[in-house]
Amino acid sequence: MNENFEQCLKCTVCTVYCPVVPVNTDFPGPKQAGPDGERYRLKAGLFYDDTLKYCLNCKRCEVACPSGILIGDIIQKAKMKYGPQKTKLRDAMLAETDFMGSVATVFAPIANPVLAARPVKAVMDSVLKIDHRRTFPKYSGQKFVTWFRKNMAAGQEKYPKKAVYFHGCYVNYNYPALGKDLVAVMNALGYGISLIDGEKCCGTALIANAMGKRALRQARHNVKAIESASDAGRLPVISTSSTCSFTIRDEYPHVLGVDNGKIRENVSLAVKFIYSLVENGEVKLVFKPGYRSKVAYHAPCHMEKLGWNIFSEELLKMIPGLDLTVLDSNCCGIAGTYGFKKENYEKSQAIGKPLFDQIGKVAPDFIACDCETCKWQLEMSTPYKVKNPVTILAEALDLDATAKANNHQ
Amino acid sequence: MKFDVVIIGGGLAGLTCGISLQRKGRRCAIVSAGQSALHFSSGYFDFLDRTADGKAVENPLDAVSALPEGHPYRKIGVEDLERYMGEVKPLFAGCGIELKGDWSRNCYRITPVGGVCPSWLCLGEFTPFTTAQAEVGRNVMVVNIPGYMDFNARFVAAGLEKRGAACRIVDVTVDELSGLRANPSEMRSSNIARLMDSGHVAVRFAEAVRMKLSGEDAVVLPAVFGLKDSSVPQKVAEIIGVRTEYVATMTPSVPGIRTQMRLRAAFERLGGTYILGDTVMPSEIRDGRVVCLSTVNFGNEKLYADAFVLAAGSFFSNGLAASRECVTEPVFGLDVHAADDRSKWGDMDFFKRQEYIGFGVKSDADFHAVKDGVSVSNLYVAGSVAGGYNPIAEGSGAGTAIMSAMSVAEHIISKIG
Repeated sequence: MNENFEQCLKCTVCTVYCPVVPVNTDFPGPKQAGPDGERYRLKAGLFYDDTLKYCLNCKRCEVACPSGILIGDIIQKAKMKYGPQKTKLRDAMLAETDFMGSVATVFAPIANPVLAARPVKAVMDSVLKIDHRRTFPKYSGQKFVTWFRKNMAAGQEKYPKKAVYFHGCYVNYNYPALGKDLVAVMNALGYGISLIDGEKCCGTALIANAMGKRALRQARHNVKAIESASDAGRLPVISTSSTCSFTIRDEYPHVLGVDNGKIRENVSLAVKFIYSLVENGEVKLVFKPGYRSKVAYHAPCHMEKLGWNIFSEELLKMIPGLDLTVLDSNCCGIAGTYGFKKENYEKSQAIGKPLFDQIGKVAPDFIACDCETCKWQLEMSTPYKVKNPVTILAEALDLDATAKANNHQ
Repeated sequence: MKFDVVIIGGGLAGLTCGISLQRKGRRCAIVSAGQSALHFSSGYFDFLDRTADGKAVENPLDAVSALPEGHPYRKIGVEDLERYMGEVKPLFAGCGIELKGDWSRNCYRITPVGGVCPSWLCLGEFTPFTTAQAEVGRNVMVVNIPGYMDFNARFVAAGLEKRGAACRIVDVTVDELSGLRANPSEMRSSNIARLMDSGHVAVRFAEAVRMKLSGEDAVVLPAVFGLKDSSVPQKVAEIIGVRTEYVATMTPSVPGIRTQMRLRAAFERLGGTYILGDTVMPSEIRDGRVVCLSTVNFGNEKLYADAFVLAAGSFFSNGLAASRECVTEPVFGLDVHAADDRSKWGDMDFFKRQEYIGFGVKSDADFHAVKDGVSVSNLYVAGSVAGGYNPIAEGSGAGTAIMSAMSVAEHIISKIG
């Protein structure tokens, strides 16, 4: 992708849809931070403005832009190229999800209460500048990968079709239950699941924290690993995280310059993949009689950028007895590691407030959402649980009957 | 994914068409590559402001017969035009958008540089002036918000004075705007309006305006009120207590953004699917028909429909593309009206009629798009992607968008079902 800032017509539409501008007047706005600032930065790096760190990388500016400028990409690249080259310990801790996850999983019985304890939060707040009001995601005692290898891997050969699962850090370290749901649903549809040998974090947090070199290394590694796991892109690669999919498909080539040409088309989200199977008549879904739920769907920013929220919505609409409200397009404010930082906490909550208010008015049984960090934010900021659409599907489907309908046991 | 109708373009034409179809029970999807030109709206909808020789039009319907053949209004015909014109205000009211003015006559508006132009209908906070004097008052206080660069109070005051008013320019601000003012790039209409939407800021601002009055009988304010809450401009005027006129600002347009948001919300409430930030890929016409569309984001998942509407806008929105040699329509490669002689595309005098503004896709009498000289049976064009008229020279952008969209919706319902 070329630098396309010269296509900017200065129409200012992006500034209308930036979630940061209304709550933080220190942020110069996407037009100034992106295409306008880029002209100066190309002249000399000293024109780099440190306030670019307030960008959420939500890409709402890109969705709004009538000229197709990759405004968010311009800002992320500028942060890596011209921003401070030393990473703060705090930012590294938040961004190194694999390292932190591996350690915390082993010590989960200790790590969870410790991370939730008030004195610890006070220390993290004052020393590391991780806001004490933030609730930490719990670590699981057993990694998803360990569970899968021990219990499921052997049985996957018997399914007639194959799909590769990019589970991501959240499923592996924090919430293996979502990965288990994915395996159950895909197996019922006749797909055997395989994992990616040596899968690493997609690197979204590294990009957001301007740790470009680490992100680049990880992206190169993942593209190779996915190529080999997917038979050079011939097998479908699905994930349950909108941000992981988005990062691998678009941030790798656009922001990091990593060629993912062999795999890009086949890297998808489970909801889009399953929707297409149903739409093309390749699989049948059999739902439990008597399933009832009132659901509010929140489309994560990266899901809107992918343009795939419609697939989650349409899939949820297929479930009889599910009463769906699609929430207004609004960033929840967490933006991955952004909302954990002390300097951003209040802004983060202010960005999400209209969304929290609307959810309160809808009063659903639970919220549906494709993103794990939105989940943390919404579960902390509203009284409702958040479920991935794949989990909702797993709960609503009669899995045995679905398996039978798709001609296998 | 299957719909009855897929519309390419989510601006005034695409949404008017989509809303009209949804109201008749047709299931529509709109694919929009970014936000629309409504974000630059003057707050007024033009129908037909000027004749070919530049004279102001009073009764737009009377002027239609003098338009060249092939003009969208000539295709629709005076009888249907009259019927559609009468339906516009109720259609928009149903979407929560107040339109003012007499649909059978043109009105006048005050421009952002203080001049006067003919126009047709206007959004709720504006006035459809009945004479070219566009008199606001005898003694007018023009409000300047310090730090806000997209409204030029001096130009506006000079214009009003030329037409006989005495003007005084007064700076008015409130503390809540100081954060924005400190930011060198974000003191913009939409950000000011967002603050004003939270009730008490607008009240304090209006009170500050009233305090500055010294005998004036009217106030002019930039149209930076009512981003989501359309009652704010009226509330502000009531507190000020004398006649208050809003004048359009440079982009982004607060009344325009509000209109876009409400049209989209109405379309979605009616069951329409609005897909934003996606681009339709070059698509095939087979046996004189469009079967399906591919988009960048949807990949292998195609959009199927019985009918398709191209309402993708003109050059700005990439509905048309120009190279040095030719003008093309990028999705289907449709036939395009354009001057063959490259030197005729534009006039070096910026304020003269620019021919390229009138370039667009060729269509038959029912707005079927034409490719290689043949009408495509289930593909229609609406709005500024259609050729055969010059919206800037005529002052007919909004009118042609709405009228062609309503006409296309009616054709689809009667011909395709």
